Amino acid sequence: MTTTAQPIDTQTDYSENTDLENQYLTFILSDEEYGVDILRVQEIRGWESVTTVPNAPDYIKGVINIRGTIVPIVDLRMRFGMEQLEYGPITVVIVLKVIGENRERVMGIVVDTVSDTYDVPEDSIKPAPDFGEKIEVNFVKGLATINEKMLILLDIDQLLNSGELNILD
Amino acid sequence: MGIDLSQFHETFLEESFEGLDVMESSLLNLDAGESDSETVNTIFRSAHSIKGGSATFGFDNVATFTHVLETLLDEVRSGDRDVTQDIVNALLESVDCVRNMLEAQRDNSNYDEAQVKAVQTRLEAILGNDEVSEETTDVAEESNSSNGWLIDFKPHLNMIQTGNDPVRIIRELESIGVISVKANLEKLPDLAEMNAEDCYLSWEIELYSDVDESAIREIFEWVEDECDLNIKPLQTEVAAQEIKSVDSPSIKTEVKPEVEVVNKNEESVQNKATPARTKSTGEGGSIRVGIDKVDELINLVGELVITQSMLGEMGQNFESSNIEKMMDGLSQLERHTRELQESVMRIRMLPISFAFNRFPRLVHDLSSKLGKKIELKLSGESTELDKTVMEKIGDPLVHLVRNSLDHGLETPDIRLAAGKPETGILHLNAYHKGGNIIIEITDDGAGLNKDRIRAKAISNGLITESEVLTDEKIYDLIFQPGFSTAEAVSDLSGRGVGMDVVRRNIRELGGAVDIVSSEGKGSTITIRLPLTLAIMDGQLVRVGKETYIIPIVSIIESLQAKKESINKIVDHAEVYKLRDEYINIVRLYETFDLVPDSTDVSNGLLVMVEGEGSKIGLFVDELLGQQQVVIKSLETNYRRIEGVSGATILGDGTVAMILDVAGLVVLSRAKTSVNEDKVA
Repeated sequence: MTTTAQPIDTQTDYSENTDLENQYLTFILSDEEYGVDILRVQEIRGWESVTTVPNAPDYIKGVINIRGTIVPIVDLRMRFGMEQLEYGPITVVIVLKVIGENRERVMGIVVDTVSDTYDVPEDSIKPAPDFGEKIEVNFVKGLATINEKMLILLDIDQLLNSGELNILD
Repeated sequence: MGIDLSQFHETFLEESFEGLDVMESSLLNLDAGESDSETVNTIFRSAHSIKGGSATFGFDNVATFTHVLETLLDEVRSGDRDVTQDIVNALLESVDCVRNMLEAQRDNSNYDEAQVKAVQTRLEAILGNDEVSEETTDVAEESNSSNGWLIDFKPHLNMIQTGNDPVRIIRELESIGVISVKANLEKLPDLAEMNAEDCYLSWEIELYSDVDESAIREIFEWVEDECDLNIKPLQTEVAAQEIKSVDSPSIKTEVKPEVEVVNKNEESVQNKATPARTKSTGEGGSIRVGIDKVDELINLVGELVITQSMLGEMGQNFESSNIEKMMDGLSQLERHTRELQESVMRIRMLPISFAFNRFPRLVHDLSSKLGKKIELKLSGESTELDKTVMEKIGDPLVHLVRNSLDHGLETPDIRLAAGKPETGILHLNAYHKGGNIIIEITDDGAGLNKDRIRAKAISNGLITESEVLTDEKIYDLIFQPGFSTAEAVSDLSGRGVGMDVVRRNIRELGGAVDIVSSEGKGSTITIRLPLTLAIMDGQLVRVGKETYIIPIVSIIESLQAKKESINKIVDHAEVYKLRDEYINIVRLYETFDLVPDSTDVSNGLLVMVEGEGSKIGLFVDELLGQQQVVIKSLETNYRRIEGVSGATILGDGTVAMILDVAGLVVLSRAKTSVNEDKVA
């Protein structure tokens, strides 16, 4: 896996991107393909060892240093309560910009592997059915079908501001 | 033409605040009766710059106000007026007013206009020796006053071109009384023929105010040659009638183009002001750095460049015989990097006088309010401190000083009865000690009443009656939330919200606060703060696979635990007997849920640390090296972690957590008390 950094124009206004099409970066998690808004992706890195955070929930693997900033790393499989997979050479960390109530944070998510990028027309996104307990439905923005495949589009702001990651102060 | 002045606003405001500080401190040095011309000149210059600047930037309220202020100062400066305590007090109040107005400007908020008017009236009263009385500001009464002027103001066609704005003049008139304006549109040409830079309007202005003619002439001073001006007294009856018949909205519609534009501007300003904006705390502001510090930096960077090129050259034609030279170069590089780092840190350092400067005024104001005689002594003002620390320590310091003034120092009669000099002394001192800065607030007042604190704590349920407490523990009680022993709650202090907040703020800065008191003789509050928040010396320790950093300032000693010195109190709490003290042992692997090399304390090391006034022994597996660490926030992207104050990046690029010693002490206390509960 390459560890190319993808510079993202920080000036981009996300709200103006809701019409027509949005580009999504997709990744694989336990044979399913998930997508995140590509404009939120700061970089994609290979898995490297982390410094554990004391008394944090299991799915927070720890923190890493990205060019002088301390960035927490969330294991998405564990966050969704899936079976754990041993980290290998294709395990990647997708570093995302997460917008919370009053601030922006940078976080990394550990996924099995990165898949592709797709243009998804906004009107082809279908609301998600209730998945039951594994994935709370409000983490999912919707489902889309590309080339006969189903994509689960994640709302990373909901996902990475929930639970223990919530800003408690 | 279109220079955007707003880009200079910040600079102007910053300079003005500095000017105000200068004015304030000079005023406090200006004793009644004395007219030290240099001091007066300094005050005058500051006021003058603020006036000039605010007029340029269109802060008319400030300009008008400072104009009055300046006039008074000018008279003092030229010796026409003696300095009296009354004048000094009025001037101090005006400094506050200007500061409020400028702060309102900065934060886009509102200021207390009534206060400003009151102070302005007071200044005018001093100026005019009561000739100019309160009517100037009292609008309601004004309209009934019989005196007034009819001003016939006919600007020449080219007046706007000369840079004078009739609207400003009219507004200035408004500041000295109630006005009713009628615009004369007769000369207004068709739109097609209209030249935007010509003034076609003329005005008939009725001013209801008993200012004399010269005051009005003064307003028109700049445009005298560019208009026809006719000022005559107004008939009383006419005045009364006019007010009834002409209501102000219609006047405004009559006054055509320019005035309307102005109104719109005003509206938009008001609209901007209404949404509750978060107050800017000024933390993102700029900093003034002495040129010597910058020069030093440039020198160091120069050296660094030389060393770098030397090393580069060596690397290109590297021979093993050069290895010694290479090592030399590297050590030079290291030295330069360290020096550079120190110099960069020094840029953020400011003398603590920035924080101390507000106290002469505070003491001056409060002592007269409380009827106490207090002498303020300052020392160590040149001690340097990080700017961020300085900004955050300001409020806690004010609180502590207020407390000392209010509760500590007694009134003159009580002092005399106690055989002490009438004037109480409050001493603020600052000095460096190790990697810390120490600030002491000492008063020779009544001191803390231990019995009363104890009684209060018992009634508040903080302690039980049977508890035996050392003096330090008793003094520590006053830092508990909701604690106050003041018999009377005053508007200064005594509400019991405060000391706990003070301590929390200081703790957040990584500092500590202690109090020592002797009844009848006074108290000393000692604040210990880290010099800087960005870099510190750390001891690296290993617990299991993880590396943690303990701030060296909080380490007392590290030792190999002796089995016979470890004692267990009931099941869980462990203490270590170090000389004649019993110290709580904290097993870091338990606190942080890790797998250690050994769970037997006697196999590992105990690092004795001190925080929150008590000591704990941290049980770790191994001591690694010591190094300077740059503190990084965990909260930027994650959140606060209990027992951890931040993180840093080690030489190999990995992250290590920095332990929050004070937090761990609190955690260990909480744990001990939980165990006590279990026993009970």
